[in-house]
Amino acid sequence: MIKTPIIQTHALRKIYGMGDIQVKALAGVDVRIDEGEFVAIMGPSGSGKSTLMNILGCLDRPTDGRYILAGEDVSVLDKVQLAKIRNRRLGFVFQSFNLLSRTSALRNVMLPLVYKRDNKLTPAEREEKAMAVLEAVGLADRAHHEPMELSGGQRQRVAIARALVNDPVLLLADEPTGNLDSRSGEEIMGLLHDLHGRGRTIVMVTHEAYIAKQTERTINLRDGLIETIKANGNGGAK
Amino acid sequence: MSVSDNVKIDMTQELEKKPPPSESDGQALSDIIAPAEIIRIAWEGIIRNKVRSLLTMLGVIIGVAAVIIMIAISAGTEATIAEQIEGLGANLVFIQASFGRGGPGADQNSPQLVYEDTEIVAGVHGVVGTLVDQTTTQSVKANGSTLTDVPLVGTTPDFPSVREVDLADGRFFNETELDRTAKVAVLGADLAVDLFGETDPIGQSITVGTTKMTVIGVAAKRGVVGNTDFDAQMYVPITLVFDKFLPAQFARFVGDRVRIIYAQIDKEADMESVITQIELKLAAAKDVTVDELPFTIQTQNDIIETQGATTEAFRNLLAWVAGVSLIVGGIGIMNIMLVSVTERTREIGIRQSVGATPNDIRLQFLTEALMLSLVGGLIGVAAGVGGAIFFGAASDMRTVIVPGSILLAFGSAAAVGIFFGFFPANKAAQLDPIEALRHE
Repeated sequence: MIKTPIIQTHALRKIYGMGDIQVKALAGVDVRIDEGEFVAIMGPSGSGKSTLMNILGCLDRPTDGRYILAGEDVSVLDKVQLAKIRNRRLGFVFQSFNLLSRTSALRNVMLPLVYKRDNKLTPAEREEKAMAVLEAVGLADRAHHEPMELSGGQRQRVAIARALVNDPVLLLADEPTGNLDSRSGEEIMGLLHDLHGRGRTIVMVTHEAYIAKQTERTINLRDGLIETIKANGNGGAK
Repeated sequence: MSVSDNVKIDMTQELEKKPPPSESDGQALSDIIAPAEIIRIAWEGIIRNKVRSLLTMLGVIIGVAAVIIMIAISAGTEATIAEQIEGLGANLVFIQASFGRGGPGADQNSPQLVYEDTEIVAGVHGVVGTLVDQTTTQSVKANGSTLTDVPLVGTTPDFPSVREVDLADGRFFNETELDRTAKVAVLGADLAVDLFGETDPIGQSITVGTTKMTVIGVAAKRGVVGNTDFDAQMYVPITLVFDKFLPAQFARFVGDRVRIIYAQIDKEADMESVITQIELKLAAAKDVTVDELPFTIQTQNDIIETQGATTEAFRNLLAWVAGVSLIVGGIGIMNIMLVSVTERTREIGIRQSVGATPNDIRLQFLTEALMLSLVGGLIGVAAGVGGAIFFGAASDMRTVIVPGSILLAFGSAAAVGIFFGFFPANKAAQLDPIEALRHE
C-alpha cells in the first residue's frame, strides 16, 4: 500500500542568534509522517521539540533545510503565504487552549473561517459549520458560553473544534493535556484517538510517556536531533 | 517501520536551489477578509473597554466640537457685520476717496470728493437717491438742559429713504431748506426724550454749539446698527454743517470735501453699468480719465467681502487652535492603541495561528482606531452643534452653524484616526506569531 506523506522534512535546521552566540535549536532533522498517522514528539526541554513544532505548524521558518507539507514546499513561503497555509492546512491545539476570552465557544470555533480566503462562507454558513464541529466534539449545548464559563476539558474541546473547522490535513497538538486533570486529559486523548480513528493525521508534543505510548510512533529529540523513533505497537504498521 | 530512510530518497532533487523566503507581507486589496467581519472585530474591541474607549475619544470629541463651535462663532460674527452693512440701506453703492490718492491729506491738486459731486451722482440714470453725511459732535441746549457730545449728522433730504429711517413726528428737511442752509433739526427718538421729556419737541428751539435751530421732526426708533445709535443722534442739512460747524479752508475753490457719497440704485437697474456710469461722469467732471479717478466705488457686497477677509484670518486662527486639539486627540488614540496592542498580543497570536495575515491584523487595529475617532467625531459633532446653539442662546455671541465645518471636523477626525492608528496597527501586524502566543 502506498502511503501519502503529509510531513517530509530534510536536514531541517534552526539557528537562533547571530554572530558568536549561536543556538542550534534544530541541527538537521529528517522526518516523515504519513497520512493518518498519530505521532508523538518527546524530548527534554531544550531538545528542540517546540522549535520543530513551530516549524511544522508554519509559525516559524527553518534557517535551513526543507519542509514539504502535503506535497507543498512551505519552507520557501513568506509570512502571508504561511498564514494562509496555517488557515487552510493546519489545526492547532495548545496546552493553554488559546481561546479568545469574552468570546463565545461558537465564535471561537468560527475564527479560522473568518480568515478563510478560498470559498468564503457567509456568516450564516460559518455559524452552521462551526456548530456542526462543536457538536462533533460534544459541546453543542455550550456553544454560547464563554471560555471562562467552561471547564478545562471543555475549553480544550472548543480548541480542538476550532482546529478542525477548516478540515486541516494535519492536527498539531502541543501538550494538549498538560493543563488538564487526568480525567479531562483522558477525555481529550479519547477525542484525539477518535479523530485518528476517523483518519486524521495528528502530531502531538508531550512529555508524558504514558500519553506518548498511546500514539503509533514516538519521535525522541535530543539537542536538536532525532535520537530515536520507535513504534508503540498501536497499529503503527497498519 | 523506519521512515527516515525514505525521506532522503524523496528529497534528493533540487535541494541546492532553495530561493530565499520573501520578507514582504504585502497583499492585494482584494485579498482582505469580509469588511463586515473587520468592522465587527474592531467594534468588539471598542465596547470591550467602554470607559477607556470613551476617554480615548474625549480628545477627538473636544477637538471636533471646538472646530464646529469656533467656526459657528466666527460665522455668526461675519453675519452680524454683513447685516450691519446691509442695514445701511438697500441697493447702495459707496463712493469713497481712495486712501493715499485723493483721500485725506493727499495732494491738493488731485481731484477731491466733494459735496457738489452728489449732484453728478444723482444725475446718473438708475440712481434713485443720494446721500452724503458729515458727522461732528456738539453740545445741545434746550429746555434749560444741556447735553454734550451729541452726534450731529449733516445730511441730505434722501436720508430717511436711503437709510430707512422713519419719522415718528413732524417731517425731514427738504431740498429748499438744504439749499438755503436752513437752521432746522430732526431729533433721534431717544435724544428727543432726553431733551424734552414729555413735551412735544416740534417747533421748539434748541441751541447747537452757538447756533439756534428749530426742531421740525422726530425720527422713529431705529436702534443700534453697527456702531451707530440712530436714536441718539440728530440730523441737520449738510450745508449747515459745512457753514457753521466744519468750515473747510478751501471750500470756496474746491467745494466741501466729503468722506463718502451713498447712492441708492434702482432695484431694476444693473449695478455694474450704473457704477460705470458714475465713474464716467465723475471722471468727466474732474477732467481725468476713469483710471485716474482717485475714488473707489463699492457695493455693499464688496464691503462685506472686505470685512469677510478680516474675519477669515480670525477664523483661520481658530481653526488652527481646534486643529491642534484634534492632533492631541489623535495622539491619545495612538497611545491607547499602543497599550491595546500590547494587552492583546496573545489575541493577535491566536488570530495569526488560525490564519490571520499581517494585513488582517493591521486592518483590524486600523479599523479600531478609525472607529474610535469616527464615533468620537460623531459625538463631537453632536456636542459642537449643541454647544454652538447653547452659546448663541446663552450669550451675546451670535453663532451660525456652518454645515461645511461639520464635514471638515468629521473628516479631520477620520484622518487623525487613520494617521495615528497606523503606527500601532503596524506594530501589531509585525508581531511574531510565536512570540505573541507566548505572551502572557
